[in-house]
This record gives sequence, structure tokens and C-alpha cells, in this order.
Amino acid sequence: MNSKQHENLANIEKNFAVRVFIKSFVIFLVINLTFLLIKPVPHIGKLSAYNRVISGRLRLPYGDNPNKAFNLTIFQLETIFASHEISSGKKPSNEYRIITIGDSSTWGFLLKPDDTFASILTNISPHNHEGKIVKAYNLGYPGMSLTKDLLLLSHAMQYQPDLILWLITLESLPQQKQLTSPFVENNFQLLNKLNHSLDLKLELSYFSIKKYNLWDETLIGQRRQLADMVRLQLYGVMWAATGIDQEIPDEIVLRMDDLEDSEDYYDFSPTHLPVNELAFNVLDAGSRISGSTPLIIINEPMFISKGKNSHIRYNFYYPRWAYDEYRELLNEQCRFNNWQCLDLWDLVPESEFTNTAIHMTPAGVTYLAEYMREYLKFNN
Amino acid sequence: MSLLHILIVSGLFLLIGWLFPVRYHKWIIAIISLVGIYWLQPSTPIRHLDFWLPTVSIFLVIVVWITIKPDSLIFSKRDWISGILIILFIIIISLSRYINLLCCLTPSRPPHINQVAIIVFLFLGCCVLTFLFTKKKGIAWIIIFLLVSLFIIQKSPQLSYLASTVLRQFSGQNISLANSLDICWLGYSYLAFRLLHVLRDFSNKRLPSYNFLDFFNYVLFIPSLTAGPIARSQDFFRNLEKNELIQNKVLSLSSPNLFYGLRRITWGLFKKFVIADSLAIISLNSLSFDQINSTTWLWIVIYAYSLRIYFDFSGYTDIALGIANLVGITLPENFTSPYLKTNITSFWNSWHITLADWFRAYFYNPLTRYMRNMPNLNLPVWLIILTGQTSTMVLIGLWHGITINFAIWGLWHAIGLFIHNRWLVFSRVYFSRIETYSNVSHALKIISWIITYNYVTLGWIWFVLPEPTQAIRVFMMLLGF
Repeated sequence: MNSKQHENLANIEKNFAVRVFIKSFVIFLVINLTFLLIKPVPHIGKLSAYNRVISGRLRLPYGDNPNKAFNLTIFQLETIFASHEISSGKKPSNEYRIITIGDSSTWGFLLKPDDTFASILTNISPHNHEGKIVKAYNLGYPGMSLTKDLLLLSHAMQYQPDLILWLITLESLPQQKQLTSPFVENNFQLLNKLNHSLDLKLELSYFSIKKYNLWDETLIGQRRQLADMVRLQLYGVMWAATGIDQEIPDEIVLRMDDLEDSEDYYDFSPTHLPVNELAFNVLDAGSRISGSTPLIIINEPMFISKGKNSHIRYNFYYPRWAYDEYRELLNEQCRFNNWQCLDLWDLVPESEFTNTAIHMTPAGVTYLAEYMREYLKFNN
Repeated sequence: MSLLHILIVSGLFLLIGWLFPVRYHKWIIAIISLVGIYWLQPSTPIRHLDFWLPTVSIFLVIVVWITIKPDSLIFSKRDWISGILIILFIIIISLSRYINLLCCLTPSRPPHINQVAIIVFLFLGCCVLTFLFTKKKGIAWIIIFLLVSLFIIQKSPQLSYLASTVLRQFSGQNISLANSLDICWLGYSYLAFRLLHVLRDFSNKRLPSYNFLDFFNYVLFIPSLTAGPIARSQDFFRNLEKNELIQNKVLSLSSPNLFYGLRRITWGLFKKFVIADSLAIISLNSLSFDQINSTTWLWIVIYAYSLRIYFDFSGYTDIALGIANLVGITLPENFTSPYLKTNITSFWNSWHITLADWFRAYFYNPLTRYMRNMPNLNLPVWLIILTGQTSTMVLIGLWHGITINFAIWGLWHAIGLFIHNRWLVFSRVYFSRIETYSNVSHALKIISWIITYNYVTLGWIWFVLPEPTQAIRVFMMLLGF
């Protein structure tokens, strides 16, 4: 081969490489731009094997150790709801649909799916409430933030609940905790929308919340989320095969009995809990979202210690002064806003709490569910 | 190898093929393999072991090469240069301990230079002794014994634990923390079997002479070190020779080799990181097997495991073959649609082919030949086949780990192979005319495929569950008990 032929061959190869590079770049660009324009993630999120090929989950997906829990922490609302049994189809006409929202206590931390508040309430309720079959859906999600609950409630309203039970505790109320939950951070756009439409007055710019840019909306930016959505479907197979959706250790370290000699509660000065520092505005927004659907706000049961320094604190979370004041404020707000509220803070005996002051044993949950059954029967 | 490792190695090989004339390839591949065995070596809790294990791999390659080198062949300039460069490289890696910016190619800080210098000096002494010793066949047997012993130690949990205890004691670490998983030696299973192959061929005078650089590249060729295939040295060198014919050229960017290589890598990545890793979530494992609440789901997770192990292993093989293709080297296929085979013998001719070939060449054939030729014992053919297949398959099982479950897995396949062998003899006598009816023959093929695939799939239960009692429990559950 002479030098001219060599040169020609080199040119051909160079052109070939340039062509391949340009084509790859254009295809990459087109796919990502299309993704950016269409924003297909919520639509993709609705595509689910749950409730079609495999049974829907009894609670929203959440899991720290997916390989053992057969569950995954994922924040895309359409995806998590599509995996839940509430998305199994149209609401049956003979169903009295209750949804329960709240923190990890409502979700059922360290409880099997059948032992959560919603499951037990369904099992023990009369089958003909208002002539309909009572079915409670567990829409609780771990994390202490009323804003997180509000996001879930706003999405859950499309499932036409007949009754909403919102279980709260003081730890979910401080304004400074409203935007720190990963769930809230990852649903910033919906939160922004609610903030405007419901006039929540949340200082979204004040908090170091994750801001989305254009890159985050591309296929590359969404790759982690898309992969998690696929993984959630796969874990669904194991959920259906085992009925396990949480890793429950054989031995549980129980909540603290002996408490610190401290009256501290966040930055609040003892004996004064400013009402504007608590997220009653979020409860109000929830009440407005629920519209004509009855909403019961429940101050959830908690562990009341009898150990060391229990005269100062109720438990690990709360000094007595803060919690007592919170209860007073809650009652005031309920009266003032005409909210239906239940203060069940001391309903469950202290022996029925597990690793924290709000996580209950199945027996503890049954106390709560039986109380609610009677309450609903009485107030029917 | 992680996805990042694979992408980096693929990129490097792509650049080698594209930018460098073929005559430089061997050198560059050797450098990449040298760096790669330290870089890819998994971290171990035993002090400096992640430096010593790759170093021992290199020492073994050098000693074996000196052993198999014909006495008539003198060291060439290239042999000297490559040997010295490798020793220098080991010393440089050790020196990186003292240069914070460069430290460390190994997962943890390498040992002190004086320790390395002493070991290298002792090793060079061994090399000189090996070189001077005239009875090379004897040395070959000593090395075979050493390689097999190291293999047994690495693959046996009890011996691995013992070795970990000894090494911890030696390095002044807490022996109560010893664990059988402490000794994780990158690619030793493949390295050992390549070296055993050349040593056996050398003993049987079937091995041509190789220069050191080629031999080093053959044994430690980084794309195939972690998951095979176990290429025969003769085939590997034929590739290198073929490439030498075009030594002044670079590999064309539009060459079929390059396209084929890239396509193979992409397909391998997809098989491993998309299909296999997804199936891993729903596959049978030792944690989930007794959590499954129905027989149907149990079947599903077992099928998932069966597909997962194929896509995982064959995906890695595709990647290795693809990367090798980027520099014009063709490695042997390891999987040729094994799950589509209609009998267990065909399955073993298409599943982990190079390992099965290795055992066939160095164990099964010599054993059955010996049994056939035993003058005093006129053993029946079926007994020779049964003995040969059983011992071979049990050994193939034990290659994966010296535990009872792998032995049973091997036995399971041996039974399958023997039954198929007998069925062939039986059907040739009684059903030879059936194959003339196309519909019946077609139906028989489908039935054979179903039986074969399910037999293999059920065999994986022994493979995946470490305790035979667990496997028996799964079999009972599958039967509805």
C-alpha cells in the first residue's frame, strides 16, 4: 500500500469515527430533550405490575435494606401509590373507604403488614358501616413532618376516601421540620404548587431544599429514579412471594425508660411553645384538601415513662412542659377551626411500645384500633 | 469487575487497538494486566495480603515459565527486559507506600520496601534454582502440587479459615476475627487452571515454547482473569502469532473485530448489569428460601436463579471476549445457548465450555483411558463411564468451592449424564425408528428440552443453598410438603 492509499484509508477511518461520534451525540441529545419536554416520569410511575400481576402492597414502599425487606424507599408519588393496594381498581360501591396517614407509627415500623393500624381496623370493624364494608388503607409513611403527610393526602384524595384519619404527634409539628424530610425534598414541585394554591406560607427558599434544574429532568438526571422504579417492581415479586415488606430484627432494643435530666425541646424556651412555630397551617391545609370528606385528627398514643427523670420528660422526645402545651394548643386549634380531633396520647399502656416512644406492638395497635372502631360506631 | 472497572478496561483496550501498531500490543497489554491485577484485587482485612496475592500470582507465572522453557532456548533480550520490568514494577508499587500522591494502586497501603526486597530476592533465588535444576518434570509436579494445594486452601472454608488465622498471627493481627472470606485472591481459579494446563502439557511434551511476554499475557490476560474463559495456551498464542503478521498496522476503526468487540461488550453489560442484576432481586437465595409462602412462587424464584446465573456468567464472558476482540484476540466461547439444549450431555458441551473441556482433557480422558487399559480388570463400559463422569462432575462442582453442596451439585449432574448415556444406548436399540416420524421426533425434542432445562434448574438448588438440609427442604416444598 503506497502512502496515498494509506492517507485515504486514514481519512475514511477519521470520517467514520466523526460520523459515529456525531450520530451518538445527536441521538443522546434528542432522547434527553424529548424526556425533558414530555416529563414522562409520572406517567411511567403509573405503569406497575402491582395490582395486576402481583398483589398490591398493604403500605407504601419504604425500606432501608431492600434485599432483606423486599422493599425500597422511593419518593415518586405515582409510583408509590401504584404499588399500593388502594390502586387496585375502582372503588367498590359497597366499600366504606378509610385512609390513615401519619408517621412511622401509622406505617407500622417493626410490625408485619397485617398488624398495622389500618389492617387491624379493617379486620375488627363491623362489615356494615353505613351498610358498607369497612376497608382502611394504610397511607402512613415514615418521617416526622406534617408537610410530608399533606403531600400524601393531596394525592390520596383521588382515591375517594369516605373518612380520613390523620395521626399526628408533636414531633411532626415544628415548622423547622416541615421541609427536612427526604420525601418532601423529592416532591418539591408538588409542594411548591400546594404552597401557592393553599397559601401555606412555607418559606421554600429559606430551607436548603433540593432545587430541580433542567438537567434533573433529563433521562440522565432521572436515571436513578427510573432504576428504582424498576427495582420496586422486582421487589414486588418477593413481596408477593413472601408477604414481607420490612426487615424486622429478632431482637429489638426497647425505647428508653430512664430519661435525660433536660427540659430542652428544639430551640424553644421551656414553658412556652409559640403557636406560630408549629405547623397548624399545614393541618388547616389538610382540612381544606379533604373538603367534604370527614377528617379526624388524632393525637397518636405515645409511651409515657415511669423511669428516671420522668417527672421532667414524658419520653425521649418530649419534655413534659412542651407536650402539655402542645396538647393545649392542639385542642384550642381544633375548637377554633372546628376540626374533629381526638387526643389519644395516653391510650396505650407503656408496655406496648417497642423501639421508640411512638412505635407500638400489635397489641398496642389493637388498643388504638378498637378505640377507633367504637368511636366510629358511636359517631356513625 | 464492577461496571466502572469494565468501562475503564474496555476503553484502554479500545485505545490500544486504535492508536498503537500491533507490534506494541503485547507490551501494553502486559502493562495493563500487571496494573490490573493489583488494581482489581479485592481488599482483604489481613495486612498487606492484597499486595502479596497479586505478587504471588506474578511469581507463579515466572516460575512456571522458567520450568516449561526448553533447556535449548536461551533467554532472549525481550525476556530479560520484560522480567526485569515486572520485578521493578512490583518494587515501584511497594515504594508507592512512601509517596502519598501515588499511593496506592493496591486497596490498602503496600508493605515496607525492605520486606518486599527480601521476598523478591528470595524469589529470584528460587528462579535461579529452578533454572539450574535439570529435572524440570519434577519441578513441574512440585508446582502442580503447590497450585492445587493453594486452590484447595482458597476454596475450602475450613482451610481458608485456618490460613486466615495463621496469616493474622503472622502479621500480628487479632486471630479471633479470622474469617474464611479473608482470603480473596483475584482470578486464582482461572490462573491456577491455566498454569496447570501448561504444566500438564509440558509434562506430556505437548507444549510448544513460548517467550515470557506472551506467556505472561496468556496467564494474566486481565479481561479473562476474573471470570474466564480458560483458554488453551496454544489457541491464545495462535492469536498472537496471527496478529504479528500485521505488526506495523493499527487495528482499523471500521474493522469487524472492533465492531464485534463493542457489540459483544454492550450485550455482555446488558446481560450482566440489567438482566442478571435484576433477576438477582427475585432469585432463590439462602436467606429468602424459607420465606417463600407458596410452591408456585418457589418455582418462580428457582427459575429466576437459573436465568440469573446464566446471564451473569455469560455476560461476563461476553465482556471478556469483546474486550479481547478490540485488540484482535479471539478467546474461546464459554456458553453456546446451554438452556436450549435437549439433553444434559449437550448442556455440558455448551455450559462453561472451557472448564468442562479442561476437566475432560486433564481428568476424564486420562482416567477412563487408564481404566480401559487396566490389564487385570476387564471393567464394563458403563462402569467406566459412571466412574469417570461421577468423579469429573464432582470435581467440577468442587472447583466452585470445596463444600458438600457443590459436591452434591456435581453428583446431580453426573447422575443426569449417566442416565442420558444409558438412555442413548437403550433408545438406539428400541426407538431408533421413532426419529423417522417427524412429528414424534419434534414432540420428543420439546419433551427432552423441558426435562433437561428443569433438571439443570433443579440442580441449581444444591448449588445456591450452602446446606444440603436447606436444599432438601426446598425440594420438599416444591413437591407440596
